[in-house]
Amino acid sequence: MIMNAEFQIWRGGKDSAGRFESYSIETTEGMVVLDAVHHIQSNQAPDLAVRWNCKAGKCGSCSAEINGTPKLMCMTRLSELPVGQPVTIAPLKAFPLIRDLVTDVSWNFRVKKKIPPFRPRKPDAPDGTWRIAQEDIDRVQEFRKCIECFLCQDVCHVLRDHQQFESFSGPRYMVYLAALEMHPLDVEDRIPLIKKENGIGLCNITKCCTAVCPEEIRITDNAIIPLKERVVDRFYDPIRKLFNLFK
Amino acid sequence: MIGYDEWHYDVLVIGAGGAGLRAAIEASATGARVGVICKSLLGKAHTVMAEGGIAAALSNVDERDNWQVHFTDTMRGGQYINNWRMAELHAREAPKCVHELESWGALFDRTEDGRILQRNFGGHKYPRLAHVGDRTGLEMIRTLQDHGIHMGMEVHMECTIISLLKDEGRIAGAFGYDRQRGGFILFHAPAVILATGGVGRAYRITSNSWEYSGDGHALAYQAGAALVDMEFLQFHPTGMVWPPGVQGILVTEGVRGEGGILLNNKNERFMFNDIPPLYRNQTADSPEEGWRYTQGDRDARRPPELLTRDHVARCIVREIREGRGSPHKGVYLDISWIREKMPDAPGFIRRKLPGMYHQFKKLAGIDITKEPMEVGPTTHYMMGGVMVDADTQMSTIPGLFAAGECAAGLHGANRLGGNSLSDLLVFGKRAGLYAAEFASQNKAGKTDDVNIQSLADDAVSFFRQADGENPYAVMTALQEMMQDFAGIVRTESELLQAKESLIQFRQRARKVRVEGNREYNNAWHTALDLQHMIIVSEAITLAAIYRKESRGAHFRIDYPDPDPVNGKMNQVIRKGSDGRMHVESIPLKPVRPDLQQLIDEMK
Ligand SMILES: Cc1cc2nc3c(=O)[nH]c(=O)nc-3n(C[C@H](O)[C@H](O)[C@H](O)COP(=O)(O)OP(=O)(O)OC[C@H]3O[C@@H](n4cnc5c(N)ncnc54)[C@H](O)[C@@H]3O)c2cc1C
Repeated sequence: MIMNAEFQIWRGGKDSAGRFESYSIETTEGMVVLDAVHHIQSNQAPDLAVRWNCKAGKCGSCSAEINGTPKLMCMTRLSELPVGQPVTIAPLKAFPLIRDLVTDVSWNFRVKKKIPPFRPRKPDAPDGTWRIAQEDIDRVQEFRKCIECFLCQDVCHVLRDHQQFESFSGPRYMVYLAALEMHPLDVEDRIPLIKKENGIGLCNITKCCTAVCPEEIRITDNAIIPLKERVVDRFYDPIRKLFNLFK
Repeated sequence: MIGYDEWHYDVLVIGAGGAGLRAAIEASATGARVGVICKSLLGKAHTVMAEGGIAAALSNVDERDNWQVHFTDTMRGGQYINNWRMAELHAREAPKCVHELESWGALFDRTEDGRILQRNFGGHKYPRLAHVGDRTGLEMIRTLQDHGIHMGMEVHMECTIISLLKDEGRIAGAFGYDRQRGGFILFHAPAVILATGGVGRAYRITSNSWEYSGDGHALAYQAGAALVDMEFLQFHPTGMVWPPGVQGILVTEGVRGEGGILLNNKNERFMFNDIPPLYRNQTADSPEEGWRYTQGDRDARRPPELLTRDHVARCIVREIREGRGSPHKGVYLDISWIREKMPDAPGFIRRKLPGMYHQFKKLAGIDITKEPMEVGPTTHYMMGGVMVDADTQMSTIPGLFAAGECAAGLHGANRLGGNSLSDLLVFGKRAGLYAAEFASQNKAGKTDDVNIQSLADDAVSFFRQADGENPYAVMTALQEMMQDFAGIVRTESELLQAKESLIQFRQRARKVRVEGNREYNNAWHTALDLQHMIIVSEAITLAAIYRKESRGAHFRIDYPDPDPVNGKMNQVIRKGSDGRMHVESIPLKPVRPDLQQLIDEMK
C-alpha cells in the first residue's frame, strides 16, 4: 500500500539555530523510520546527517527521538506510528548536538574507560581454562546483550534533565558494572567506585531506562537494584559498620 | 593551502572490527604506540553483526574434531585454491584465540559440563562454532573493545582514510578526514595495518552496511599492493527478501544448524535434489538422517541445507528462476516445523535464535516459531582482498599489513560460516605482532606535502562541481549494475558489459556534486566512498572475466564446471605503471606434503 507521509526532521548544527524541516515522501509496505530518512537523504536532503549501520537492531547506531520517544530508527516501523500525523525525528536530547540527527556521545566512551576492566581468577580446569555453568551466566548474558545505543542514557533524568554527567555514569554503565560484578570469573572489587565515582545513589528507580531498552534488558530490576543492594551491604550494614569500628 | 592535524604512531590500524582491534591489542602489548581509526563509532563495525559463531576445533562437543579436520574442511570449502599455510595456521591457532577471548571476559554459551558450547554450521564436519545465541559478533567485538581500551591505544572514531602514503616504496602513513568536523588528518607510521572489512555496498542486495565500500581493497590497490581472488564474492543463501526496506538483511545459517529446512512453493525440500560430488559421502540420504544430525547424532550425516553457501545459494536461485519461489522472489526457510519433533519447540527457537525471532517479528511481522520465513541470496562476504604473507600478514608493500575480511587467502573460492570470526582473531593477532616488529626495525618515512595538498584538494573538489549528479543516485545505479551484471550467476557478455559501464561510472563518480559544508555531510562521505566502490567493482569484474570456469562462489553459466588448469591458479590484480588495472594468473604454491596427505585422507 503506497501512502504519503510527512516527516519533521531536526536540521541544524551546533553553531546554527536548528529547526524542524518538513519532508513528504511516498511510503511503501513494511517501511521503517530509517528507510524514510534514507529516502529523504537520497532525494531531498543529501547533506542530512544521520548515523546507521546494521539496519537490524544489532549495532545501536541509529538512535533518535521519534515522536518524542528514544528509539532505534531501524526497528521502528511506520505502521506502529499514528497515521495521518507527521512523524517527528529529533536527535538524542541528552547529548550535545553535532548536526541534524547526530550527537556527540563521546562522554560515554570516556566513562567506560575509567571503569576497571575485567580481571579473571586463575584458570582452575586441568586444560588451563575454566568450567562455567550456563545457569551462572544467564544473568550476565542478559547484560551483555547491550548494543550501546545509549537510549537509556538519553532518557535518564539524572543525565537528561539534571545534567549530572560528572557524578552519575548512567544506566548503560550500571549494566556494564553489573555484568562485570556478576561475572563468575571476575575478582575485581568495584563496589566503592559504584557508590562514589559512578554515583549509583543518584538513580531513583523511575525505570525509564528499562522502558526504552531495545534489547529488553531489565536494567533497573536486574542490574541497578542488585548493585544498590551490594553497595548497601558493604557500606551501611550495621554489623559490618560495628566491625569496621574495631578494625 | 588546506590545513590538517598530524598524529604519530608506531603502528596505525585502519579499522576497528574484530581484526583491527585484535591487531591493536597485540601491537599495544609489545609496547608500540598504536593508533586505531574507524569510520563509525567504536563497537559498531560489521563484526558486531555476526550472528552464528566462531569456528574453532575446541572439540568440546565432539572429541573427533581437531585442527586437521578443520583444516581439510576449510580447504574443501575453498575448493583448494586457498593459501594452505593460512588455512593451517588458522585451524591450529583458532582454539587458543577463542580461549583468549574468554580470559578477557567473553561468555559463550556452555555445554552441560561447563565448557564452551559448539554448534553445527555448513561445511564443518563436526559441531565447531562457539557462540552466544545468535549474537556472537557482539560478544566478540565488545570483549575486544573493552579489553583494548585499557591497553594504551588511541582510537580515532568517525574518521575515514582516503589514501595511504608511501616513501621510497615503503609505507609512511595515511591521510584522511574527520567525519564529524570535516577537517583533514595526517597519520605518520612506519607500519600500517588495513582491517577495513568488505565490499558488499557495491551491490544492491547485501547484508553489509554503508561502511563496506571496499576502502582497504582500494587503498591498497592505489598504493600499488597486489589484490588476489577478487572474483570470489560470497552470496549468502539466506537474506530477508521482504519487506523491501530490509531486503538483504542476514538470516543466520544457525537457523539451518538448529534444524531449519529450505522449501519451494511446492513444499518440496529441493536441497535433496542436487548434492555435489565432493560432498556426497558426507550428506544425509533422508530428511530423517538430516534431523538426527542437527540433534547431535554422531552417526548421522549433515542435511543438504548445510552444504556450502555457494551451492545452497545457487540452488535457491534455480528454484526462483524456474518458478518455484515464494511470493516475494525467495524460497521458504522453515524452523517452525521442528514442533513435530520436540515438545517445547517455540521456546527452543526463541532461546537458540533470539535475534532472528526478534528481527522477523519486528521487521516482517512474522513469528518464526509458527510460520516459515521467506529468504533469498544476499551479497555477504569478500573472499578476495589484499595479498599477504601467510605468517606475517604483510602485503607486497613493505610496512603495509592486512587482516580480516580485507585480506585474502584463507577462504579460497568460498568461506565456511564461522571461519571469518576466527580469521579475525588468528590473523589480527599475527598482523599486530609483525607490524609492531616491523615498526621497531624501521623509522617512519617522510610524507610529501605537495602530494597531501593534492589529495585534500581532490577530496573537496566535489563541492565545486557546478552541475554534477547526486552521489546517492550514482551509487544506486552502480549497485544495480553490479547486481545485474557481476552477481551470483555470471557470463562473459554481461561481465564485459559491466566492464564497459564501469568506465562511465568512473567518470560520473568523479563529477558528483555535493552541497553544504564538510561538517558531518553524508553526501560528501558517499562521494568519497564511491571512488573506492568503483575500483573494487572493476577488480571483481576483471577477475571474473579472467576466471573461465566455475568454482566456489564464482559461477559462470558459460563455463559451468570447474577446470583443472584454472584450478591451479590465483588471479592477481595490480595497478600498472600505465595507471590501469591489470590481471595476472599466478600458479598456486604446492601444498606441503603432510598437509596434502591430510587432504587426500579426508576427501
Ligand atoms: C550480518 C552478518 C553476519 C555475519 N555472521 C558471521 C558469523 O556468524 N560468523 C563469522 O565467522 N562471520 C560472520 N560474518 C562475517 C564477519 O562478521 C565479517 O567478515 C567480519 O566481522 C569482518 O571483520 P573485520 O574486522 O575484517 O571488519 P569489520 O568488523 O567490518 O571492521 C572494519 C572496520 O574498518 C573501518 N574502516 C573501513 N574503511 C575505513 C576507512 N577508509 N578509514 C577508516 N576506517 C575504515 C570500519 O569503520 C570498521 O571499523 C557476518 C557478517 C555479516 C554482515
